[in-house]
Amino acid sequence: MAFPHRPDAPELPDFSMLKRLARDQLIYLLEQLPGKKDLFIEADLMSPLDRIANVSILKQHEVDKLYKVENKPALSSSEHSMQVQSLCLSFLPSVLLQRIPVLVRAFGLCFLVRPRIRNMRYIANLVNADKVAGRTRKYKVIFSPQKFYACEMVLEEEGIYGDVSCDEWAFSLLPLDVDLLSMELPEFFRDYFLEGDQRWINTVAQALHLLSTLYGPFPNCYGIGRCAKMSYELWRQLEEEEDGETKGRRPEIGHIFLLDRDVDFVTALCSQVVYEGLVDDTFRIKCGSVDFGPEVTSSDKSLKVLLNAEDKVFSEIRNEHFSNVFGFLSQKARNLQAQYDRRRGMDIKQMKNFVSRELKGLKQEHRLLSLHIGACESIMKKKTKQDFQELIKTEHALLEGFNIREGTSYIEEHIDRQVSPIESLRLMCLLSITENGLIPKDYRSLKTQYLQSYGPEHLLTFSNLRRAGLLTEQAPGDTLTAVESKVSKLVTDKAAGKITDAFSSLAKRSNFRAISKKLNLIPRVDGEYDLKVPRDMAYVFSGAYVPLSCRIVELVLERRSWQGLDEVVRLLNCSECAFTDMAKEDKASSESLRLILVVFLGGCTFSEISALRFLGREKGYRFIFLTTAVTNSARLMEAMSEVKA
Amino acid sequence: MSRTKGDEEEYWNSSKFKAFTFDDEDDELSQLKESKRAVNSLRDFVDDDDDDDLERVSWSGEPVGSRTRPGSFQSLSDALSDTPAKSYAPELGRPKGEYRDYSNDWSPSDTVRRLRKGKVCSLERFRSLQDKLQLLEEAVSVHDGNVITAVLIFLKRTLSKEILFRELEVRQVALRHLIHYLKEIGDQKLLLDLFRFLDRTEELALSHYREHLNIQDPEKRKEFLKTCIGLPFSAEDSAHIQDHYTLLERQIIIEANDRHLESAGQTEIFRKHPRKASILNMPLVTTLFYSCFYHYTEAEGTFSSPINLKKTFKIPDKQYVLTALAARAKLRAWHDVDALFTTKNWLGYTKKRAPIGFHRVVEILHKNNAPVQILQEYINLVEDVDTKLNLATRFKCHDVVIDTYRDLKDRQQLVAYKSKVDKGSAEEDKIDAILSSSQIRWKN
Repeated sequence: MAFPHRPDAPELPDFSMLKRLARDQLIYLLEQLPGKKDLFIEADLMSPLDRIANVSILKQHEVDKLYKVENKPALSSSEHSMQVQSLCLSFLPSVLLQRIPVLVRAFGLCFLVRPRIRNMRYIANLVNADKVAGRTRKYKVIFSPQKFYACEMVLEEEGIYGDVSCDEWAFSLLPLDVDLLSMELPEFFRDYFLEGDQRWINTVAQALHLLSTLYGPFPNCYGIGRCAKMSYELWRQLEEEEDGETKGRRPEIGHIFLLDRDVDFVTALCSQVVYEGLVDDTFRIKCGSVDFGPEVTSSDKSLKVLLNAEDKVFSEIRNEHFSNVFGFLSQKARNLQAQYDRRRGMDIKQMKNFVSRELKGLKQEHRLLSLHIGACESIMKKKTKQDFQELIKTEHALLEGFNIREGTSYIEEHIDRQVSPIESLRLMCLLSITENGLIPKDYRSLKTQYLQSYGPEHLLTFSNLRRAGLLTEQAPGDTLTAVESKVSKLVTDKAAGKITDAFSSLAKRSNFRAISKKLNLIPRVDGEYDLKVPRDMAYVFSGAYVPLSCRIVELVLERRSWQGLDEVVRLLNCSECAFTDMAKEDKASSESLRLILVVFLGGCTFSEISALRFLGREKGYRFIFLTTAVTNSARLMEAMSEVKA
Repeated sequence: MSRTKGDEEEYWNSSKFKAFTFDDEDDELSQLKESKRAVNSLRDFVDDDDDDDLERVSWSGEPVGSRTRPGSFQSLSDALSDTPAKSYAPELGRPKGEYRDYSNDWSPSDTVRRLRKGKVCSLERFRSLQDKLQLLEEAVSVHDGNVITAVLIFLKRTLSKEILFRELEVRQVALRHLIHYLKEIGDQKLLLDLFRFLDRTEELALSHYREHLNIQDPEKRKEFLKTCIGLPFSAEDSAHIQDHYTLLERQIIIEANDRHLESAGQTEIFRKHPRKASILNMPLVTTLFYSCFYHYTEAEGTFSSPINLKKTFKIPDKQYVLTALAARAKLRAWHDVDALFTTKNWLGYTKKRAPIGFHRVVEILHKNNAPVQILQEYINLVEDVDTKLNLATRFKCHDVVIDTYRDLKDRQQLVAYKSKVDKGSAEEDKIDAILSSSQIRWKN
């Protein structure tokens, strides 16, 4: 269990430096508003802030009180029609005044926010209320990770431009673990992959630039996806403009791989069965920590638990298939018991030693062990109730492309019984992507039933999913597939490629089946797949499927290029945006060449992280993950959903 | 909700939080120094002011050490106003007298580069359409969405709608940014104009329809939905919109009626099972469940009757039965459950039939705590023997299990099952009786 790294595996760079940098930047910014001040923090920034600073640090820098920025009206983030606006204007200030008596004092107000329009309106309401009341104060808005012109525009329109000063807190890389950096920007996914807004590309480029400044240049770069390509180009431009920063430095990280989420939606849509992924799917890991409720802690309290490599129990099971975890934990519990029992035959001196040296560690281990056992039990209970086995069976059938009719009726039943709307939506998307879109008849009937079960306003959700390519209807042209494949037999590959391109330009098709075949994503298994001793990355999905994203990374690293993958790249609709860039003079040490930074634009899942960690162990690599946010199927679906819970 | 001071302290300071959250090392001071060095080195590239002779400025572009004055910073939009000299950009930090708009000299690519770095930059000099478009194209070519939007805000202010739309139609990346920007700031009117211009009728319709989410008052929402009915949706969506309107219309009637009934306190069902929430804006299936729960026996003529809902919204049999079953089982109205699956053939014989499969029926009944006798009856209707045994074992319907093993002539399983029933119970006697019967030819 908990496969050790190969002895020759390279050391990971120390990313804690990023935390200190962010903290010191924040302190510096707070000092820009001299005197006592109250700090308003956007809810989404609280957890990241927690990871780098604490209240006493803020207090040291004259922060008096902390408030959460409220954006109440229960509406989706992107919706701010006139009605809402007037609602806010008439509604907010009075409410705030009631709740926040401190406003009477003439402190400065500091707002630590994401660059969002609604935050600007919130601030404007506060400032304008002060103006009406004849109060003068200093205001500072600190945008994290950067400000947007559209936000400043709102400040201007609301007449408070000049009354507030604006700053940027370039906190865009939070180390969630020794090998995981998160930008904590879940909205990246919707903004780019649904709305086509490229506002975060600069943030990504800046983050990469910061990394290369701190940890040396990356000699080998690969990428796939439009966003990956744009981010890469902008980053390169930054490096050129700031020439000399990284010159002459020895690279610490040998390879960087950028990957768009839409290159592989399938993996992100699957139910997760490795422990960390399952914990995320079940309890939602937020910013590297999880709230275990009373059902897990077996007390009346909830407990916030940080999940990372420092948790010795967790780090041994996080990458394991769930079926192994229980056995492992009970073995561990027995060992622990044995260690406790040793004290029976001890004399006083030995006992003293035991208490002072070992007991604390044992107690800590005991605590962690009981937490994870509690979590396992709770997961088991929930999964049994929802007939997880059946669900997984259906998913695997969809991935392999058989029993499609049965799969469709399974989804239908889910919908009819009003099982969670997100779950139903996820399965529909999985069906759509693996099948190149739904047959029109099925699409219509599933959609109708969905609207009847979960509400007609989901019409908008369906429109979003279609635009993002997650849930589509087979166009009449798609029946040409048969013709297409016949034609491709007659002509050369290249010509066939052109023909297919012409077809796919009508509607971007996922081509999952063809890709899966080309890349052997469905392993052929003789007999039982031994999940205890995984043989490939497919173990993260019970041996049924190798994550597409991870397979691409594996193949490109093997070849150090996209060579021989033309057909796959074409099927992924990425002929224009798969790239390689190698440094001419290679100063990289052999150690650094086994360190690989994988950048997921639009989010990555814990299953993908586990799969690549496995690959790393097999090949003697170490992977470092940089993601715009950790994601899973539910988060993807919620991002597309127009009706927020 | 805003927390009070106490809450906030609790939140930030509670011990369980602290335990994992912060790394208060002893050598914080040395780390701070180290970080400070790093920050300082960072400043060099974060803040690359090209003019060396200027005073040192902070990340924000404000002079370091100088007091933050309101109005001492400037942005794109500020620079766009008619009085460029009203406040000088801090990075230009020159005495007022010497001020002149250096931005006049900047090329599109310089301008975009400055915008990208979050710097103040006047777009005023881009007056000809050609210049404006060149600027936009430059912004698009560097891929920075923030800059693209900045340029679009400028274009929106300085170009007529028609010209702007016309030019964006052939510039899809920029167009997407404008659409997203309009959605975010809530400029619905311009957004609809844009869709109209682009002839994107479906998006136009959806965008209009989306507004209903912001209307809380049910009557007003209903009226708004009515205006959506004629919009150019796809044929399929048109039907959904019509249904949405009809559903809300019904819900308003039912809600008013039922609220009245409930408060009058004369109706048994409402007394026994007070409503937990209003039915307004609930999905159709939920409404059907509600109607099966409170209005099951009503004649088809009333809006609240389940049959009426079924007909109006063409609810498939399967869905109807599933929902009615769940509602009647919840009320433990076993007679209604029975009737739901009973059909008569032309000879007048009754037969049990379930469009959803009897195994599903059993599961739903079990979820609603149906008594063993009822469960048993439906488990017996499950055709597949394995499924039947599985269900009967799971839900402890001993008679079914025993009878099935008997019918299968499976002596071994029957013997094994004996251990699962209570000692001295009727079931045990039954098993013993069967096992000792000489009539059965056991297969094992």
